[in-house]
Amino acid sequence: MKAHQANRFASILLWIGAIAILALLVAFLTLILGRGLPYLTAEFFSGSDGVRGQLFNSFYILFLSLIFSLPIGLGAGIYMAEYAPQNRFTDLIRLSTESLASVPSIVFGLFGMIVFVNMFGLGFTILGGSATLALLNLPILVRVTEESLRAVPRSYREASLALGATMWQTLRKVILPTALPGLITGITLVAGRALGETAILIFTAGMNVSRILFDVNPLAAGETLAVHLFAVKSNPLPGTNSDQIADGTAALLILMVIVFNICLSLPSRWLQYRLQGKHRG
Amino acid sequence: MPQPTKSWVYYNDRLARYLFISSAVLVSLIILCIIWFVGMQGLSTFREVSFLEFFTSSKWSPDSGQYGALTFIAGSIGTTLIAILLGGPLGLAGAVFLAEIAPPWVRAIMRPATDLFAGIPSVVYGYVGITVIVGFTRKITNSSTGYGMLAAGIVLAIMILPTVISLSEDALRSLPGSYKEASLALGATRWQTIWRILVPAASPGILTAIILAMARAIGETMAVQMVIGNSPRFPDSLGSPTSTLTSNIVMEMGNTPYGSTWNNGLFMMAFILLVIALIMIILVRTASRKGAVR
Repeated sequence: MKAHQANRFASILLWIGAIAILALLVAFLTLILGRGLPYLTAEFFSGSDGVRGQLFNSFYILFLSLIFSLPIGLGAGIYMAEYAPQNRFTDLIRLSTESLASVPSIVFGLFGMIVFVNMFGLGFTILGGSATLALLNLPILVRVTEESLRAVPRSYREASLALGATMWQTLRKVILPTALPGLITGITLVAGRALGETAILIFTAGMNVSRILFDVNPLAAGETLAVHLFAVKSNPLPGTNSDQIADGTAALLILMVIVFNICLSLPSRWLQYRLQGKHRG
Repeated sequence: MPQPTKSWVYYNDRLARYLFISSAVLVSLIILCIIWFVGMQGLSTFREVSFLEFFTSSKWSPDSGQYGALTFIAGSIGTTLIAILLGGPLGLAGAVFLAEIAPPWVRAIMRPATDLFAGIPSVVYGYVGITVIVGFTRKITNSSTGYGMLAAGIVLAIMILPTVISLSEDALRSLPGSYKEASLALGATRWQTIWRILVPAASPGILTAIILAMARAIGETMAVQMVIGNSPRFPDSLGSPTSTLTSNIVMEMGNTPYGSTWNNGLFMMAFILLVIALIMIILVRTASRKGAVR
């Protein structure tokens, strides 16, 4: 009965592996939240070393990068899903999207530095940072758009086109609304990734915070929360409570990730429910 | 085909089509621009430095005109290999578990949990590395600081878990159910079915998962920079401070004037990373094409 013993043994090992993975995550979360949550007070945000500027910059840069990448990413995704014929040109675009997705973020950072900091001579700016961050978002947006549009049943398109609608009308009135839950999930995914990105922003948005609170000037330097955590942890300034700031910032970042992960599942489920209800009615 | 009426509806349709095509073309142009700009900047290193020196010497002291990047290349490859050796089997075990063994309720917990792993920012991994993992590697390697390849490898192993798990699980799940049924019907145990039938059949997909995980590990910057120790010393032991391509770019980019040979050398390191990433994408495409032929 050697085979059965091996079977038992392997099953136990696989269970142990799975439990180890889960335990690792639980350990991560308890460690980070346990160390950081006590520091998340009003003082942490608005005190003299407060991070409200970084928090604002994180969302401001995220917002701008989505403005840059959403139209292009959605457009390219729509083209790949609805228009693209099976030929070399399409294959080339698919290859370049996949390549773009595999580019290490530090390479994006250096590219953004060549273009925005040096060629355009802007220096470290929120504008340059968010435009470079948009490049990171692009391939994921293209893929997610393509996948959600492909999940729309063929019959929807055929019905709309047969009624005499143009392709654009079909897209706007039938395909995009049906694919909306998938698109929103994808955009949330992109946003979560962009919020935690560091390597790109060090080289393009810099490591300074504007002295003006909630500075919306896109040509100012803008340190984000993630960059701030890197700065205080790798070059702690003497005489500051940098360890506490790092603990608090890490906990804040993790809280943001958890909220985004919840957002990832909730609205798409709700939308799906609502849309399905509508179709039936 | 009947000629459509040339109304604004028709022109809108044409316009939308052109906008979509141009977005797609723009995405292709961006990757070409990145290759061109980073490549030109990086390759101009070789106006001053010999190709041979850059890739075969481990003496990096730009102040005295020595530009050997072998240390950083070895550091990057070393940390990536450690990450794959530690994270690959664990991730594959997780994938097999999720695809074949896990009861639905366990799966309902583990899928979102692995997604959460993927969402944690890399600086936070670095932060955990500094606060916990470095202390652990100091003990097991008997080194004075604990910073080094092993610490970076462990952090990377955790970071690549979600990639390995989700892609391998997808590969295992996309196999036809008849494979499993045939094997079980012949009297094979569940483990024999997994190990002899399912894993080999899903190997192109699993290979893709491993390659993409390696691509992520070798390009990872912040987490590695925080725990590698950042000393331009050849990585001759697991527990001594060294550097990787990415960590060295972060360390030195701020201190070097744009356009200097030193600065160009850093861009060359980024270009090496870019080329490695592109090669891996081509490998993945070959692996998945082989999978399709099967």
